[in-house]
Amino acid sequence: MEHRWGMAIDLDRCTGCEACVVACHAENNLPLSDADQAEKGRAFHWIRVDRYYEGEFPDIRVKYMPVLCQQCDEAPCEPVCPVYATYHNAEGLNVQVYNRCVGTRYCGNNCPYSVRFFNWFEPEWPEPLHLQHNPDVAVRPSGVMEKCTFCIQRIQRAKRDAQAENRRVADGEVQPACVQSCPAEAMTFGDLNDPESKVSRLATSGRATRLLEDLGTKPKVFYLQRGK
Amino acid sequence: MVETRGDGLRATLWRPLNGFSGRYLLALTAAFLVGAWGLGCWGYQIVRGIGVAGIRRPTMWGFYLVNFVFWIGISHAGTLISAILRLTDAGWRKPVTRAAEAITVFALSIGAMFPIIHLGRPWIFYWLFPYPNSRLLWPNFRSPLLWDVTAISTYLSGSVIYLYLPLIPDLAELAQHSTGWRLRLYTLLALGWTGSDRQWHAVERAMKLMAGTILAVAVSVHTVVAWDFAMAVAPMWHSTIYGPYFVAGAIFSGIAALVVAMSIIRRALHLEEYLLPVHFENLGKLLLLMSLLWVYFTVAENLTTWYGNSPAEMSVFGERVRGRYAPCFWFMVFCNFVLPFVLLSVKRLRSVATVTISGVTVLVGMWVERFMIVLPSLSRPHLAAAAGFYSPTWVEISITASTFAAMVMFYLIFCKLFPIIAVWEYKHVSHG
Repeated sequence: MEHRWGMAIDLDRCTGCEACVVACHAENNLPLSDADQAEKGRAFHWIRVDRYYEGEFPDIRVKYMPVLCQQCDEAPCEPVCPVYATYHNAEGLNVQVYNRCVGTRYCGNNCPYSVRFFNWFEPEWPEPLHLQHNPDVAVRPSGVMEKCTFCIQRIQRAKRDAQAENRRVADGEVQPACVQSCPAEAMTFGDLNDPESKVSRLATSGRATRLLEDLGTKPKVFYLQRGK
Repeated sequence: MVETRGDGLRATLWRPLNGFSGRYLLALTAAFLVGAWGLGCWGYQIVRGIGVAGIRRPTMWGFYLVNFVFWIGISHAGTLISAILRLTDAGWRKPVTRAAEAITVFALSIGAMFPIIHLGRPWIFYWLFPYPNSRLLWPNFRSPLLWDVTAISTYLSGSVIYLYLPLIPDLAELAQHSTGWRLRLYTLLALGWTGSDRQWHAVERAMKLMAGTILAVAVSVHTVVAWDFAMAVAPMWHSTIYGPYFVAGAIFSGIAALVVAMSIIRRALHLEEYLLPVHFENLGKLLLLMSLLWVYFTVAENLTTWYGNSPAEMSVFGERVRGRYAPCFWFMVFCNFVLPFVLLSVKRLRSVATVTISGVTVLVGMWVERFMIVLPSLSRPHLAAAAGFYSPTWVEISITASTFAAMVMFYLIFCKLFPIIAVWEYKHVSHG
């Protein structure tokens, strides 16, 4: 296995600005939901920012936590799909095959992080956003599941470029849209198989934790925060 | 036409096959219209997208899965009850078995539709079957949904055979006494039955064998349905109690459905001299037993969760017993336990009417129970920030209503085509 992609998110740096959410929408052709659908819990955000409040008003602290697909090594979404529409690829990513999905939504129910999104209708974009689709990313039809891919289109391009120049993909060469757009530089992406990569060092630092670790899903997203 | 002169047995049991009363036509038309409306709604859902239903993130399963579990449960009326009664050779079973076996086949056909109705792309549902294809793709046998497909198709084929086998002697006798299209239909279906000793021997052996087999299949089917939930990591779904809890619930609702169906048949087809109070008395006792078993499972499930006090499960537990789903929960306990317990355990109160009333409340209560299993766990996922509440839309309600209408319609048509009580069982001396 050449690469094993992972991410580190520094919660002490995150300001909750949601630039990552907007960048993800633009990069990955996420449909826009109207207010009515959003209220029904049908908005698409492959990455979302959860808010946690500590203390009572006025002595209150807000903590932000960006949550995206954790790309689990032991992903609960994978074994339950009856048609192999979601599976583990050679680089450890949970891959969603849109064409194969029949829409049982079992994977969505079995994801403890609730980061899987279903196309309840044909996707829609208000004008002129329908003209800004990313040509590297498929538009998903009605009735299929989708989720964060770690911007797999960018990973593939970096690998092709590196192959053409006969070298390895350099650390920091691949940046998913959320990482690239984070103004606080709270997010780091890279190869966990390379012990020298920035993300590897952060993942093994004492500040790293993983979300719902006791479920044994072995996520590849690491959250950094100071010890209590 | 079926000739209904002759001995008293045939006259009574075959009379419903001829002619249509006004009430029959009214019921059939009403059931057909509601069913057609539901089909129309499904068409609308396919064209517009499954978003016309109320399901959302995180409650990605809703009424359709509730109906699926409910109808598969109802289907246990026939197989389990009639198979147990047949195997134990209970003498009072004779007027009950066919009514029960017919419920199984229809409830199963209806229930098996729901996993398809609920798909995002129902037109490719056959991708769940392991058929040879040019891309050499297999379905994923690790998925509980594949176990479902396997279990339910086995159960459906088994229960059709189980309904058909005891029909054969009746069909042959009907063929001798009918004319026109009925003659052709019954002759075809009777498979050349002449009533020889050899044939009786074969059909009795086959019925015994099927009764034994179908028992095992029925238990496994509802266990597999339970595992759709129990295999998931969602709080309170991931539980070892679900298999037996679902099987007990299925038998419970199955008996209730049988009691209600028998009560209607008794009145509508004037079969009071065949469906006696003793049949209701016996089924009422069975219903009481299952009600007690159900409340035992419910206490076991909830007490261990509460005592264990794990945060994710407690948030679902709270939603169930004192949160937004609490009215459903306590209504379910009333329908499934409090009312039937009072009506059925007091000897003086036990009558055809009270057993029927208990059957109706248990049917309602068990539907709500299926709802309580599917929804609260999904509404409160592990991450509190992702919580969400489900409420159905008119599309889901219409499709749900239409399946009850479909059940009525199938049953009405069945009663016109075949005698709902097996005539031969009354005349027959065992050749075994």
